[in-house]
Amino acid sequence: MSTRTFKIFRGDKEGGKDVDYNVEVEEGMVVLDAVHQIQRTQAGDLACRWNCKAAKCGSCSAEVNGKPRLMCKTRLDDFPEGETISVHPIKAFPIIRDLVTDVSWNYEVNKKIPPFTPRKDANWVMYQEDMDRVQEFRKCIECFLCQDVCHVLRNHDKKDQFYGPRFMVRVASLEMHPLDGLDRTKLLKNEGGIGLCNITKCCTEVCPEDIHITDNAIIPLKERVVDQFYDPVQMIWRALTGGNDGNKNPGLQQKD
Amino acid sequence: MAESNSILNPNGLGVNQRHDAWWLSPLLTFLGLGGFGVYSTWAAFQGAHYEWGPYLSPFYSPNIQKMFGWSYPFSFAFVFLWIPLGFRGTCYYYRKAYYRAFFLDPPGCAVGEPAGRAYRGETGFPFILQNVHRYFFYLATVVLAFLWYDAVEGFFFRNEITGQREFHVGVGSLVLLVNVIALSGFSFGCNSLRHLVGGKLDCFSCTANARMRYKLWGGVSILNLKHMEWAWVSLFTVGFADVYVRLCSMGIWHDMRIF
Ligand code: SF4
Ligand code: SF4
Ligand code: FES
Ligand code: FES
Repeated sequence: MSTRTFKIFRGDKEGGKDVDYNVEVEEGMVVLDAVHQIQRTQAGDLACRWNCKAAKCGSCSAEVNGKPRLMCKTRLDDFPEGETISVHPIKAFPIIRDLVTDVSWNYEVNKKIPPFTPRKDANWVMYQEDMDRVQEFRKCIECFLCQDVCHVLRNHDKKDQFYGPRFMVRVASLEMHPLDGLDRTKLLKNEGGIGLCNITKCCTEVCPEDIHITDNAIIPLKERVVDQFYDPVQMIWRALTGGNDGNKNPGLQQKD
Repeated sequence: MAESNSILNPNGLGVNQRHDAWWLSPLLTFLGLGGFGVYSTWAAFQGAHYEWGPYLSPFYSPNIQKMFGWSYPFSFAFVFLWIPLGFRGTCYYYRKAYYRAFFLDPPGCAVGEPAGRAYRGETGFPFILQNVHRYFFYLATVVLAFLWYDAVEGFFFRNEITGQREFHVGVGSLVLLVNVIALSGFSFGCNSLRHLVGGKLDCFSCTANARMRYKLWGGVSILNLKHMEWAWVSLFTVGFADVYVRLCSMGIWHDMRIF
């Protein structure tokens, strides 16, 4: 048993300050344990959101030593002994109190994405090789750490122009679905603002589910946008062949 | 219980709360890319010492001077050098690297930067031009074919007495071979290629053609997983290959014959 100092933000949108708490720590503890202990023994009014303590509900997102992380997945022995651990609310979203922020903007974005819409000729037999790609995206636990770290939202405050990496992942899971019949490429380019992402990969670095957000979702989607809007050869080809740019498998119905 | 004042994560260049050495990686990238940029520009301007024996510096490939016997008022390296330069400049990995290290956009994850609302990412000039990356891939593949030709040629030495072409292995032959392998590993892990060979399909199992493209996509994906590593290794080997040939040609270094 040893003692650690935690520097935790206390406050709300009016302002606040870091408060130091000394906590008796044991082997195997995670940051969320320490926060709970502080709630139990020193500050019963410390606000924090959590649910599963198993890195699966995506509720306990915070910035630990300046890095967006799940508090329940951040072990204390990841940090050098004696180092003070700072815990701040995620920066990209408005603070409610202490470590709790209002992430409802994300749910509004989600509503703008047309959901799974099966092709008219859908044959409901699916093979693993078709599902591998989209299954990776289904691992998302909506912790919004990627949204928090993305500089387009965090530093440039482009929430009105960019859906953010979490929703690029969602669109990718729909666009690459073998049975989906909608084409969301135009949405991505315009309202989704995919061009604002400069593929600097911070989203991938923080994703607790290890989703390769940039390489497997955003870049492939950017390439689909290039097919439709920037590649002159494909554009001419589509004009000559009446819309088929080879993007779809022959024999399957075109997305419309 | 001690209290210290802190305002919640203000914006501004470099402002951050990270405890680790987040600046190290952009600094190394800056030095690595910057160093390569300075050296390659210098080497391309030289217009000399780009070949020795059967070896040709990759910066001067294809050797159009030799092929057509033309002489150029400037270093002919520039006739083709814009292709690999454009290929790397628009590569998704290098974009990440230089947006972070040179444009500080962002300098690190959860580290502040200055641009504010004026930021346009890749939606406006000049960065919207990154969308031509696949065309640079096509062109770079042609250059790569020449580099493979040069690497093979690097094994055929001219016998000074008989004048015959003879197969030998010099250290330089291996330098050129390793370089072209590294360049291929980089090129064929390209994200645009990954999309074009199969990634653009929504259904991998639907037709025989799609199933074949799925396999190709899988192959490119394996290389793509380590695209950053291939990017750095090949950057190093291409620079080193030029240095090697240059030093041999200047007589500073003597190529060793292994076989
Ligand atoms: S790669 Fe794109 S989406 Fe991900 S954090 Fe960077 S800018 Fe944002
Ligand atoms: S993609 Fe990863 S980081 Fe983003 S919300 Fe989902 S799980 Fe969290
Ligand atoms: S409490 Fe559920 S993810 Fe941390
Ligand atoms: S993405 Fe790096 S070479 Fe194409």
